[in-house]
Amino acid sequence: MAGIYIHIPFCSKACHYCDFHFSTLLKNKIAVVNSIAQELIIQKEYLGLSKVSTIYFGGGTPSLLSTLELEKILKTIRQNFVLEKEVEITLEANPDDLTLEKVQELKATGINRLSIGIQSFHQNHLDFFNRSHTEKQTFLAIENAKSVGINNLSIDLIYGFKDLTEEQLQFNLKQISSYQIPHVSAYALTVEPKTALSSFIKKGKVDPPSEELAKTQFLTIIDYLQKEGLTHYEISNFGKPNFFSKHNTSYWKSEPYLGVGPSAHSFNGKNRQWNIANNVQYLKLIHDEKPMFQKEELTEKDKLNELIMIGLRTIWGIDKKKLSKFSSGLQKQFLNELKKYLSQQKITETETSYVLQKKYWFLADGIASSLFQV
Amino acid sequence: MKNIRNFCIIAHIDHGKSTLADRLLQTTGTITDRQLQEQTLDDMDLERERGITIKSHAIQMVHKHEGETYVLNLIDTPGHVDFSYEVSRSIAACEGALLIVDATQGIQAQTISNLYLALEHDLEIIPILNKMDLASAMPEEVTDQIVDLIGCEPEDVIAASGKSGLGVDNILKAIINRVPAPKGDPEAPLQALIFDSVFNQFRGIVAYFRIMNGSIKKGDQVKFVNTGKEYGADEVGVLGLDYIPQKQVFAGNVGYIISGIKKAKEVKVGDTITNVINPCDKAIQGFENVKPMVFAGIYPVDTDEYEELREAMEKLQLNDASLTFEPESSAALGFGFRCGFLGMLHMEIIQERLEREHNMTVITTVPNVSYIAYTKKEEQIIVNNPSDLPEITKMDRVEEPFIAAQIITKSEFIGAIMTLCIEKRGVLKNQVYLTSDRVELQFEMPLAEIVFDFYDRLKTVSKGYASFDYQPIGYQASNLSKLDILLNGDQVDALSSLIHRDNSYHFGKKICEKLKELIPRQQFDIAIQAAIGAKIIARETVKALRKDVTAKCYGGDISRKRKLLEKQKKGKKRMRQVGNVEVPQSAFMAVLKLND
Ligand SMILES: Nc1nc2c(ncn2[C@@H]2O[C@H](COP(=O)(O)OP(=O)(O)OP(=O)(O)O)[C@@H](O)[C@H]2O)c(=O)[nH]1
Ligand code: SF4
Ligand SMILES: [Mg+2]
Repeated sequence: MAGIYIHIPFCSKACHYCDFHFSTLLKNKIAVVNSIAQELIIQKEYLGLSKVSTIYFGGGTPSLLSTLELEKILKTIRQNFVLEKEVEITLEANPDDLTLEKVQELKATGINRLSIGIQSFHQNHLDFFNRSHTEKQTFLAIENAKSVGINNLSIDLIYGFKDLTEEQLQFNLKQISSYQIPHVSAYALTVEPKTALSSFIKKGKVDPPSEELAKTQFLTIIDYLQKEGLTHYEISNFGKPNFFSKHNTSYWKSEPYLGVGPSAHSFNGKNRQWNIANNVQYLKLIHDEKPMFQKEELTEKDKLNELIMIGLRTIWGIDKKKLSKFSSGLQKQFLNELKKYLSQQKITETETSYVLQKKYWFLADGIASSLFQV
Repeated sequence: MKNIRNFCIIAHIDHGKSTLADRLLQTTGTITDRQLQEQTLDDMDLERERGITIKSHAIQMVHKHEGETYVLNLIDTPGHVDFSYEVSRSIAACEGALLIVDATQGIQAQTISNLYLALEHDLEIIPILNKMDLASAMPEEVTDQIVDLIGCEPEDVIAASGKSGLGVDNILKAIINRVPAPKGDPEAPLQALIFDSVFNQFRGIVAYFRIMNGSIKKGDQVKFVNTGKEYGADEVGVLGLDYIPQKQVFAGNVGYIISGIKKAKEVKVGDTITNVINPCDKAIQGFENVKPMVFAGIYPVDTDEYEELREAMEKLQLNDASLTFEPESSAALGFGFRCGFLGMLHMEIIQERLEREHNMTVITTVPNVSYIAYTKKEEQIIVNNPSDLPEITKMDRVEEPFIAAQIITKSEFIGAIMTLCIEKRGVLKNQVYLTSDRVELQFEMPLAEIVFDFYDRLKTVSKGYASFDYQPIGYQASNLSKLDILLNGDQVDALSSLIHRDNSYHFGKKICEKLKELIPRQQFDIAIQAAIGAKIIARETVKALRKDVTAKCYGGDISRKRKLLEKQKKGKKRMRQVGNVEVPQSAFMAVLKLND
């Protein structure tokens, strides 16, 4: 089991809250695609003998790629990696790109899962976020995808901001049931440094998001989606059985993955590496056949801390079997710190793992940090 | 000896002592242009960064005048009130003083107090009107002020500029012609005054002295009269920009001795050095021990580093005889020291030096002055720490230290300054017009009131046109209370403070507010309370964290986020646990920043 992530660093418009790596200048698009194909060849040994079971186009906005460009990348993967029989191929898409014609073409390339950046079904929110699509396009995008038979859909929703009223949130959730969307990623609006949103807040033009509101809306969403039969399997992710994101799950289960494209990250069990987050420099490094990434060897402690941090965010918890691979000293220290949470019943012990109780998921980072070994 | 001149440079803070010293060093060729920096003598990193002199600096210059060669020993002194003690030490080693007055500012509070110190020791005063290169200089007016103050002739005042070098030759001439040569008997038994000591990383402890009588030779057996300790003089010499070893240093001169002294405490500034075989019959009179004005606890951040902290403090003490410390312990902070400082700037500087020069990260607690409590049985208890205060039931009364304060300002600010001083429990004792619009106000005030935010407030209300100086005048009765801080019901000993009852409500409220800002939200509500005895007088709540998780954690987020959380954990490790509450170090200093 291994995954390949392809970062497409282009967007048609910059969303106010976004701190991902992307450029709104599309003139390098073809060059970047060619370099990504080259990088795939350079890195073909990275995953060793693992077979590739998931391919994920993320961004940025991968739906800006033409069919030819997508095909070029997929073809390079097929030629250079060993694939499982069934491969989950996901493309992140913005609603404004998902015309009927586009979804037909996407389907033909072999893409079998779409993750649609809806964020909200209300125009005032889309304006507030500076999204490139309209309210109307959100509905159309879903309808088009379904009409060509791509039913493995995921939509992104944002909550935890003042303009999202209770009714509007209910309306957004309602769409999930009426369109029978099998997977949802719901994110509390966070203010990242150096984004337009953070500068608006600094200038007092926008109120900082309220934690209280985020928490209330989070609970509303959990409640609603659970009733709809979507399992809350990671803090921000909900899926019907068999519709969990295989690709993202592999991140949370520490499976190896190769990331290609500017700013993409890779992990092979021992080290993590990350590509340069600059399109022009990325092109140049690939062209000059120089390394385009920096690398970090993970120490025992790093690995343990990752296991804790990710484990607490998922229904699978911190896996005891993985824990048992660490030195007994580290295990002991960890178990020692864990005691407090076990006795407070914030974390419960199952046969195979330690699981953070749902009510405390909203505090997962703080708890993880306190369990870290540094 | 007739060709030696010992003089110091004294002035109000920032009037240009160190800059003028640069010009003297340059003109006499003591330092080359390449060695010259701005305020060359301010060689501590801290002095350079802050642009102020903290320690006195002695240096010897050799100068030819009318065919004769003179040895000029210069001591540059600090201007800040906290260090007036340094000035008094330097003065005792000299026969003359350059009294520098900034021509744009005129006479200020420390001009006067330092002048009086010099006059007490019968020093020849050479008044200098400095910063004459500036357009805003007011030569006539300030000359009048100087003439008035020291009773000299207007012609005696030398116009100068440390920037342009104006007047430097006149100053050198005046030093040679007006400062008396040292007196003393070169043949008498050795009698030298220790006026400073420094710790040199390579040479160990170096004591600076001024020889009153006799001489000191390399290899002599010497004795420090007050401590009674004996040493071999491994090296003696004079003070250039570096140490200049000599076979012998004679009466009247200033020099240094390196003698294998092990402990800081062995060198007491003010002590007398004499010869073991041929001792003098009495020690030089004069030096009282410095009295610290402000006390605070200093604790190592890492509780294991107590011994290292002790060593670091001992080393600092070597360089800075005014620092005192005694072990103490706190439930919240572990083992540390109760330290005495000359003032708040001094405290800040010690803390910084511990961090920079000794790599110690420390927590400093709420500072207080030293009180005297009397029990009902008339026992006298010195209270340097809130926890020393006897229980109310056993206590008869408390006294607190008072100061006489002099404030010099423009008449338009009298009203605002009066209001401030009265708020600070000051009583106006006198008001003297120095000129038609400059006035000196004299107050008696509790020392505790000037410790915290007095300087800043004074600066604000006078728009910077007020200077301030003070001297302790003994103890007076005080209505003191001990203010405790509780976090979720647990008292935090390191946050207790001693405070006048009238101020306690206001202070309690502010400190709670400040702590609310500084204590990070945790997974539960935290009640912050201020209490006097059992009575709660203020309360704030730090609300529990509702959300402490970032939404996204995919491929690239993992290592970034792990590092972030690791950093958080490290930060937490440095926090102190009070009951179930984690308290950052900054909170223990909260009181110092109440007005930020
Ligand atoms: N224009 C002008 N500026 C001067 C002169 N002398 C000193 N200054 C400036 O005044 C400031 C203070 O000078 P210092 O020489 O550090 O003063 P100081 O009296 O030694 O200060 P402390 O030791 O902290 O009391 C510095 O910014 C100097 O550059 C002068 O003659 N003319
Ligand atoms: S479309 Fe996605 S990647 Fe592009 S700016 Fe918006 S949120 Fe960021
Ligand atoms: Mg100076």
